[in-house]
Amino acid sequence: MYSLDITLEAVLNGLLTGAVYALIALGLTLVYGVLHIINFAHGALLTTAMFAVWVAYTFLGIDNYVLIPFLAVIFYALGYALQRFVIGPASHGDDGNILLVTLGISIVLENALLAIFRSDTRSLTSDFSFEVLEVGPLLISKPRLIGFAAALVVTLLLWLVLARTDTGKAIRAVAKEKLGASLVGIDVRHIYAVTFGIGCATLAVAACLLMPTFYVNPRVGGAFVLVAFTVVVLGGMGSIPGALAGGLFIGVVESLSGLYLGESLGQIGIFLIFILVLLFRPTGLFGARA
Amino acid sequence: MLEIKGLRAGYGGVEVLRGIDLSIKSGEIVAVLGSNGVGKTTLNKVLSGVLPASAGEIVFEGRSLTRASAVDAVEAGLIHVPEGRKIFPNMSVRENLELGSYRRASKNRASNLERVFNIFPRLRERTDQAAGTLSGGEQQMLAIGRGMMAEPRLLILDEPSLGLSPLLVEEMFTLIQSLNAEGLPIMLVEQNVVQSLETASRAYIVENGAVTLSGPAETIRNDPELKRAYLGL
Repeated sequence: MYSLDITLEAVLNGLLTGAVYALIALGLTLVYGVLHIINFAHGALLTTAMFAVWVAYTFLGIDNYVLIPFLAVIFYALGYALQRFVIGPASHGDDGNILLVTLGISIVLENALLAIFRSDTRSLTSDFSFEVLEVGPLLISKPRLIGFAAALVVTLLLWLVLARTDTGKAIRAVAKEKLGASLVGIDVRHIYAVTFGIGCATLAVAACLLMPTFYVNPRVGGAFVLVAFTVVVLGGMGSIPGALAGGLFIGVVESLSGLYLGESLGQIGIFLIFILVLLFRPTGLFGARA
Repeated sequence: MLEIKGLRAGYGGVEVLRGIDLSIKSGEIVAVLGSNGVGKTTLNKVLSGVLPASAGEIVFEGRSLTRASAVDAVEAGLIHVPEGRKIFPNMSVRENLELGSYRRASKNRASNLERVFNIFPRLRERTDQAAGTLSGGEQQMLAIGRGMMAEPRLLILDEPSLGLSPLLVEEMFTLIQSLNAEGLPIMLVEQNVVQSLETASRAYIVENGAVTLSGPAETIRNDPELKRAYLGL
């Protein structure tokens, strides 16, 4: 057994990582909840955002935290355009087609990144990456603490937008009742694109928060999205509080199983949970019962 | 205020509407009657821009709506309360009503909300309840209330009495008359022939995608062919 301090630190670290997992899962669960599709391009879009952060930092000298609002807006526009002009028209209203289109987008993006940046692994070189905060016996990484706080703020903002604004209400209306939404004058194709755009914007924020303590290569997004899928299933498909709770929980599980089973086996805990959820509570913690 | 001429539409290669002619003047209640599957709901979908017309024309208050989208139709004030209500089950009664004014009359949202609550006091009691948990009659009231929030110039009601208890059906037809008494033109699309003919001033009988009989409700009520076909007399 490890001492209490070390276990506590592992739990804390898990929570910090988990908040960013939650942020990545948020986009996935929102797009699923409204468009009823699994976005297979989610991972590749995250990778693209992470490369964007790296390029902006390394060549243009733009701080990754300063970049957040700008990259979020750029990715919102990118996501809006992808859904409105590529995924929507190519799918002809058939969910099976949408699946294939997003898979195609992910292959194109990954290989484009591979062609441009090669398969090398890169990271930001900054002293800030290693700064820590000492709280009693605990050492807390500063960039991860910022990532945690920012991820919570973004989740809260998104929840407020969905609960309070007309556009947010329109998104929730389209999620459950497309015909009813059309008949009150909601432009369903526009709302689809807005939703996809928001999903991409959360990825851009996640990329900015991740980069100080993580690395990027053309395939890195896949690992995150696998975890994000687990988070989405655990929290309940389409549920925002579910994504947050699921993300934090999965972060802690990964961290603790990494501590007790060794770093390389850390993800085993995640997938054990995944299987258990599918067996015993397939609608997830916050999911609506079928 | 609404002129429909030679309207044709369908799904894929199957034609459902085979040349519908119909008109509604301001202030009227016009009943569009027919049994299941004759194209009544398809007609409503074309009018509200959800389904494209393949031929014919729709003119609403002097404006062509033949190629209009659902957004255009709502903007013009042609509000369709669909069959099966199509309310937003996951959202509260208030949010459902608020979305009624998403595209039109959003400036008067607060006063219209008050007006709808006065027409349907039951909805006021259930403001924060999820719409999916309402009873069938309350959901129908909510659907009509949501339509009223857009300040309709013409209200299309598709099967408002479907699935309601006889007492509520009675209440629904009284309500339709009182909405109309304030000057709102209503196109009432129904299978309930007897009560619709009592409520409406004029009526159209649709069979197999075309109008087979039209005229004042009084005349139609006494038509021997209709009596035989719908009333079993």
